[in-house]
Amino acid sequence: MTDPIVSIRGVSKKFPGGVIAVDNVSIDIAPNEFFALLGPSGCGKTTLLRMISGLETLTEGQIVIGGQDMALTPPNKRPTNMVFQSYAVFPHMTVQDNVAYGLRVTGVPEVETKRRTADALEMVKLSHLAERKPDQMSGGQRQRVALARALVKRPKVLLLDEPLSALDAKLRDDMRMELTRLQETVGITFIIVTHDQDEALSMASRIAVIDKGAVQQIATPSELYEQPLTRFVADFIGKVNLIDAKVLGKTSKAITCEAKGLGKLNFNTDKACGDTVAIAVRPEKLKIAKIEPKAAGLIKVAGKVRDVAYYGDTSHVVVSIKGGPDLQVNVQNDSRTGGSGVERGQSIWVSWMPDDSLVLTE
Amino acid sequence: MDNWKDNKNVFWTLAAPGTFWLLVFFILPLGFLFVMSFSDKAMVNGEVSITDYDYLTGITNYIRSVDPLYLTIIWKSIWVSALATLLCLVTAYPIAFGICFASERWKPLLLLLVVLPFWINLLIRTYALIAVFRTQGYVNLTLGVLGLGPYDMLYNNFAVIFGLVYVYMPFMVLPLYATIERLDKSYLEASLDLGASQYTTFLKVTVPLTMPGIITGVILVFIPCLGSFLTPDLLGGANAIMIGNVIERQFKAANDWPFGAALSFMLMYATFAALMLRAFLAKRSAGVDV
Repeated sequence: MTDPIVSIRGVSKKFPGGVIAVDNVSIDIAPNEFFALLGPSGCGKTTLLRMISGLETLTEGQIVIGGQDMALTPPNKRPTNMVFQSYAVFPHMTVQDNVAYGLRVTGVPEVETKRRTADALEMVKLSHLAERKPDQMSGGQRQRVALARALVKRPKVLLLDEPLSALDAKLRDDMRMELTRLQETVGITFIIVTHDQDEALSMASRIAVIDKGAVQQIATPSELYEQPLTRFVADFIGKVNLIDAKVLGKTSKAITCEAKGLGKLNFNTDKACGDTVAIAVRPEKLKIAKIEPKAAGLIKVAGKVRDVAYYGDTSHVVVSIKGGPDLQVNVQNDSRTGGSGVERGQSIWVSWMPDDSLVLTE
Repeated sequence: MDNWKDNKNVFWTLAAPGTFWLLVFFILPLGFLFVMSFSDKAMVNGEVSITDYDYLTGITNYIRSVDPLYLTIIWKSIWVSALATLLCLVTAYPIAFGICFASERWKPLLLLLVVLPFWINLLIRTYALIAVFRTQGYVNLTLGVLGLGPYDMLYNNFAVIFGLVYVYMPFMVLPLYATIERLDKSYLEASLDLGASQYTTFLKVTVPLTMPGIITGVILVFIPCLGSFLTPDLLGGANAIMIGNVIERQFKAANDWPFGAALSFMLMYATFAALMLRAFLAKRSAGVDV
């Protein structure tokens, strides 16, 4: 990896009263990355973002941006700019003045300010609204003002705090594409905070999953989805079937375990583990069949259909099995008739390839 | 349910007490004074009557009230009030800011401290100030220990302005507190994040966005300052007379109600002019909800 543009080293934040918002977090973010901090609300991801911007102080650790320790650098001197969750577009200024604000207060000559402001408004397609006041604009437009206002400063890093959470669903999809496009055009490192896994998976080049102030895993979206390291990550990213299992024996390359409802199974894994593990398998990796599948090596279990939910392109079939948790199976509705082809109460077989499941040790 | 405003009986039941109050205790006395201001004391048997008036005789009282003597006092009252208001503003702003950024546990206590002086009679508070500022007062005693003074701090404009600032401070702190408390702090953070210094942020973001509170506070302090008579009477003495004192003397010592009424209305017109100026300024800074 090239030299990181942002290096977060052993950073902690303790609030008065003993609440630990961020707990010994270390992340290196490469130049030009679209990096997401993903986690449930209250996990400390926003605090971490605010520490990068300088709006929050560190209790421990170090944040280095562009090779420089930021410990003594106030927010107005940092090469970062932030798009706030509430947008914080100044209500007493026109769109144009909002965008020009960051240039004017740092003494950029007025001619250059005018040109760069116009360019920034062009980039977010708001040139025609330059004279408007923010209270005459929609949420989506205000957000683009906030974006232009931050980007016009040409920061090394753009920080986005839940940028899409206040938009309605349709606008959110458009804005997601827009943000990806912008990031590619301007070539600035984006760090986005979100609690929405779809948002993180679809936009980010890498994601740090955070829970209770600590980093759970840093990986690309597909790695996170297919190779989650912990139960928390597997459960938080997408839908997953988690089956608890007791370890019966292990070698350096494989384990034998007794999984609830599935019986004795062997899995290839080189991870160290304790006495219990969880078998994780995504719903779309499961297959259903009315008769017992005969292919060799399959993990299979008989059950009863407890529920079928129809989603158009897919159906989610919930199958209850004896002695184990309910399994969710996502079935592609690839023929126009019949849907998933199963009904509630029907006896059914669920099967999958062992390599499609994952052994989670923590 | 019907909108209560559409139901005439409900509307009048709710509006009646307030209307009655305004009519009987505000509009009628004011109307009486308005008539009085165009009247003169009656002549009875070649002498000026103490109790009888010739009503609506003309504008002689108003002509008398624009005499340079009174205009000087009105003008002085305006600048004394303006200075007191300004001092209130610059003192109250940091106080209001401090309370807003204090922890939730301290906020009610701090607000209580601001309004605490209201629980004590104005007269007692003013006499207490005399005890503080007189030649043998606490300030001069303290200065004396340091080998300074004594200074004359009483019966001059300084004492009056100090007294007005002291008395009307809560009227400035409370509206300022209300607007600063409502102010979304992310505006200030955004300004810092965009490269502005704390000072620039204050001037370009905090002040414009708290302008409604500033204007309300200025009005709430300036208008009662302009009409005050107790504070200048006790703290200013004969050296720092304000228009309130002149009006009070017309109604009491001089027993010249018509002229007192005319002066009162002159003061009211000055106040209206100030309010119109405010409305005009509010229109210009449209966009900020004033």
